[in-house]
Amino acid sequence: MAKVTYIEFNGAEHVLDVKPGLSVMEGAVKNNIPGIDADCGGACACATCHVYVQEPWLDKTGEKSAMEESMLDFAENVQDNSRLSCQIKVTDELDGLVVKMPESQH
Amino acid sequence: MSDAGVIIIGAGHGGGTAAALLRQYGWQGPIRLVGEEPLAPYQRPPLSKAWLKGEADEEALILKPESFYAEAGIELMMDARVAAIEPAAKAVRLATGERFPYDHLIIATGAKPRRLHIPGADLDGVLTLRSAADAEALKAHLGPGKRIAVVGGGYIGLEVAASARYLGAEATVIEKEARILARVACKTLSDFFTRYHQDHGVAFEVAADVTAFEGADGKVVGVRLGDGRLIACDVALVGIGAPPDDHLAAHAGLTCDGGIVVDLEARTADPSIFAIGDVTRRPMPLYGRMFRLESVANALEQARHAACALTGRPAPAPEVTWNWSDQYDLKYQFAGLPLDADDVLVRGDPDQAKFAVFHLKSGVIQAVEAVNAPAEFMGGRLLIGQRKPVDPARLADVSVSMKEVAA
Repeated sequence: MAKVTYIEFNGAEHVLDVKPGLSVMEGAVKNNIPGIDADCGGACACATCHVYVQEPWLDKTGEKSAMEESMLDFAENVQDNSRLSCQIKVTDELDGLVVKMPESQH
Repeated sequence: MSDAGVIIIGAGHGGGTAAALLRQYGWQGPIRLVGEEPLAPYQRPPLSKAWLKGEADEEALILKPESFYAEAGIELMMDARVAAIEPAAKAVRLATGERFPYDHLIIATGAKPRRLHIPGADLDGVLTLRSAADAEALKAHLGPGKRIAVVGGGYIGLEVAASARYLGAEATVIEKEARILARVACKTLSDFFTRYHQDHGVAFEVAADVTAFEGADGKVVGVRLGDGRLIACDVALVGIGAPPDDHLAAHAGLTCDGGIVVDLEARTADPSIFAIGDVTRRPMPLYGRMFRLESVANALEQARHAACALTGRPAPAPEVTWNWSDQYDLKYQFAGLPLDADDVLVRGDPDQAKFAVFHLKSGVIQAVEAVNAPAEFMGGRLLIGQRKPVDPARLADVSVSMKEVAA
């Protein structure tokens, strides 16, 4: 299990044990954490699972695909540390990961 | 308010999400989620794609583990069929005879696959695809050397054909219109997908009527076409649309018109009853008319509508309708509705399998259909919602980025 901290826009923190192999998005959705909608269920088709990866984790979450990059280009309030959480696979190396959610996914 | 709480009929993607959102939004009262299937709410889109190909298991399919519902105080009643809604008594009667009162009801019964009423339709191996059980049955018939005949060249049919090819099966798609995707996409897309599937070994019969399924020993062995030819197969999938499953609502006296009629809060004519997802006919303010949408995005948007209305939250901002389909290495995303378009333009190159078709009305984008073109999809969706006219020449010019077009 890897510990992942999800921080809502209003500051509410949720610390979860997420099974390696699931995505960061799945960890949130399966536990009903507000702030990640993931309408397409992880197909990288909708950009409603946008998160900000907190340091020092950004590099460790890997490179964005061209697809993810394009999807994020048009999401709202995008920052340098923006990722689609469906595209980040949880691994043992990500134990401790912290992500923040934007104000809205729509 | 009594302590009867909310009953949700239909434990699919929409119903399951509505239950979870009610808790997220602070609903304190009881929630009963009643579904006919034996599985906790799950995603249907992967059934024809990742799940069929063996890339996703049941754990990936279900939205939340079964334990979630108990922990969240949501009574999940599976394998349970509702016999009737009694609006005057504000109660739901199950097939077992049990009755449960409600303060608020959410109908999320979705759609049922349309069947062909022709000889042989009851043969083993004549299948439809809507549920996980359907997908399980279909999967058992696919593999190297197997032959599938797909009746209906819509998204379900094409996704299954693509997955079947991936699994080594031979696939023939039979379509009654002159082109596949005739009801849901423009001709450029139909031509593109036809070629792409042909290049992957799928055979097509278009403008073809199906008159019978032929069988041997009770199992399907072929699909008989109107011109007399037989398309031999080991399994036949009928994917010819899915009408709304609105019979409970209709019997309860709710207004139905090819779907339960709801307003922008997903409320029916009865203020205590909401309806969400594929079963509804809903207003589309961008286009000034009512529409029945069949998509996960719509079901989730309406789940948010109903959950916000019930918890006194402000209504969420209107969304632009969208959907997607995965076939082979193609990601097809589309947004908006191509209604009243007076101009259609292609950006990019279909031969490169990277392009988008835009439908405009007086320079305002009404709809976008994008293949492996996420920026065109996302930018298009944004512009559809903004109702801002664009310069068609710039939109068609790939040297002008979508960011610049949308700026």
